[in-house]
Amino acid sequence: MKPYTDHTSVAALMDRSNVDTDQIIPKQFLKKVERSGFGAHLFHDWRFNADGSENAEFELNKVAFKDARILVAGDNFGCGSSREHAPWAIEDYGFNTIISTSYADIFFNNCFKNGILPIVVSRRDLDQLMQEIRTNEGVRFSIDLPEQTITTAADFVVKFDIDEFRKQNLLLGLDEIGMTLQNADKIASFEARQQQTHPWLWK
Amino acid sequence: MKKTMYEKIWDDHLVHEPDGQAPILYIDRHLLHEVTSPQAFEGLRNAGRPVRRTTANLATLDHCVPTKDRDLPIKDPIARKQVETMIRNCADNGVQLYDMESPNNGIIHIVVPEHGFVHPGMTVVCGDSHTATHGAFGALAFGIGTSEVEHVLSSQTLRQKKSRTMRVHVEGELSEYCTAKDIALSIIGHIGTAGGTGYVIEYTGDAITRLSMEGRMTLCNLAIESGARAGLVAADEKTFEFLKGREFAPQGEDWDRALAYWKSTVSDQGAEYDVEITIDADDIVPQVTWGTSPEQVIGVDCKVPDPQHIVDEEKKKACADALDYMGLQASANITDIAIDYAFVGSCTNGRIEDLRAAAKVAEGTTVAEGVTAIVVPGSYRVKQQAEEEGLDKIFLAAGWQWREPGCSMCLAMNGDELKPGERCASTSNRNFEGRQGKGGRTHLVSPAMAAAAAVAGQFVDIRKK
Repeated sequence: MKPYTDHTSVAALMDRSNVDTDQIIPKQFLKKVERSGFGAHLFHDWRFNADGSENAEFELNKVAFKDARILVAGDNFGCGSSREHAPWAIEDYGFNTIISTSYADIFFNNCFKNGILPIVVSRRDLDQLMQEIRTNEGVRFSIDLPEQTITTAADFVVKFDIDEFRKQNLLLGLDEIGMTLQNADKIASFEARQQQTHPWLWK
Repeated sequence: MKKTMYEKIWDDHLVHEPDGQAPILYIDRHLLHEVTSPQAFEGLRNAGRPVRRTTANLATLDHCVPTKDRDLPIKDPIARKQVETMIRNCADNGVQLYDMESPNNGIIHIVVPEHGFVHPGMTVVCGDSHTATHGAFGALAFGIGTSEVEHVLSSQTLRQKKSRTMRVHVEGELSEYCTAKDIALSIIGHIGTAGGTGYVIEYTGDAITRLSMEGRMTLCNLAIESGARAGLVAADEKTFEFLKGREFAPQGEDWDRALAYWKSTVSDQGAEYDVEITIDADDIVPQVTWGTSPEQVIGVDCKVPDPQHIVDEEKKKACADALDYMGLQASANITDIAIDYAFVGSCTNGRIEDLRAAAKVAEGTTVAEGVTAIVVPGSYRVKQQAEEEGLDKIFLAAGWQWREPGCSMCLAMNGDELKPGERCASTSNRNFEGRQGKGGRTHLVSPAMAAAAAVAGQFVDIRKK
């Protein structure tokens, strides 16, 4: 996983709540066995017309948002399925940061496994960030993960909270499995104990 | 200290909490299907890591498999490759797979309980959000992403943050026309699709304990649709009776030891939950979703909401957008909504009791003109039992299609799908835009409600029939 580095990028506005994983990556695209290439199908049913041409009405198709690396969206982003293809599509498309008031649980976890920073902000802060984009599409925000701040072009600063372990994993691009396997002896002890106390689980 | 079931299972599975890191939780059982596992196995190969505990895994093919013409190769070459990859991955790694030729094949959350693979007090995960189903057994069961699938395969553990606890207490007498599906949809209508986010829900109350094991599975299956990490129902005599004698259930001496442990997993009297909600079962009527989220649900005797009457700006917009997508008029009677398709099946309602309930309504009737109705048993075992009971003949005589097992029309991945604008009375679990096919319009209902709609060509208040 690539380490997350601070950046100043265009923030795209998706003023919708309850954006579900079936919209982020429709199921017909889940048949691939590779991890790559899902960006082409991000928000497919909203992004493209029936004839395959880009839907000019869809917010992410705006020219101003073309190079966006930050996605600013409404409540409960990523609800629905556990499909990790959703953050894969988001990351492959070019976003590495999402800003919202809330996320669905499984989606939130999946983001951290893929170098995406899902920032949680208050309703009031989200409204102000969204308003800044509305009045100036193409505006850039600066994300400073070590300091845990978002700074907008209008010098509006939002401080956000983040779990320290997750923050370090993002900054260092750590292999979580490798970290867990460093505790292999503890896993083995647990298993040995369980085989004694709950032997039927091992038959 | 008094503990809830969730806290007991958590404490029993905590391997280690390294300083400043997320806790390591042991995972007793891991379930797999073809859609969310290929990249995980690829990751194992790339890292040169073996599967840590092969017998703790059980796999099936369900999402991409066709429900008809199974003797022919899968039409979609990408789906075919995904299925072949699964077969190869399981063979290479020693993971037991119920493939399409196996008499045990079916939807993962249907076949796993059939074989008694999940027991009370276990931790169980799968790359599938409806893993919550197995909470019906008093097991902590939840969905994970593909990276976590790889993590479990490699280490038999997961990094987890502890959830908060919510108790949803359902008391009273449930109408004979209502089912676990209606209880579940009512709860989601009540707390919303994010109401359970951050929580593990424990369902209590006599309306819950009266549910059969299959009913409890339907209920827990839908816990994820309220945003909860998992759902739980305390193990009791029904649970033990269900498990006894099944292939992976403890045998002989082990049975008694396991039973003693299982009885200890239930929440202590007086244990405290972070949030408690009470719902009166007497108030529940057959439910129908009208919108594009499971929380946009209402009683069959009600009208579709009118955005004009909604004060909250966001909810007003969500309602208007949903009505637009669903092609519904504000304040229309639910019972005036005509359908094109009826689907009985899915991991939510694809078990024998569901098929019986639908067959009871379908018997002696004919599917309405212009309506296509399909029944997809959740597994070959369910199909076989249904055929022994003559349910297939009932459905066929009534003009339904009788299919092979698979996820089918729940999600448009396998050839069973709606065309744009088609409206379906569906016993599945999600009515998001495009879920059953681009432009498809999904209404979630119970099996009896789906069958009644198939006969009438529109939704019916089954209490009045």
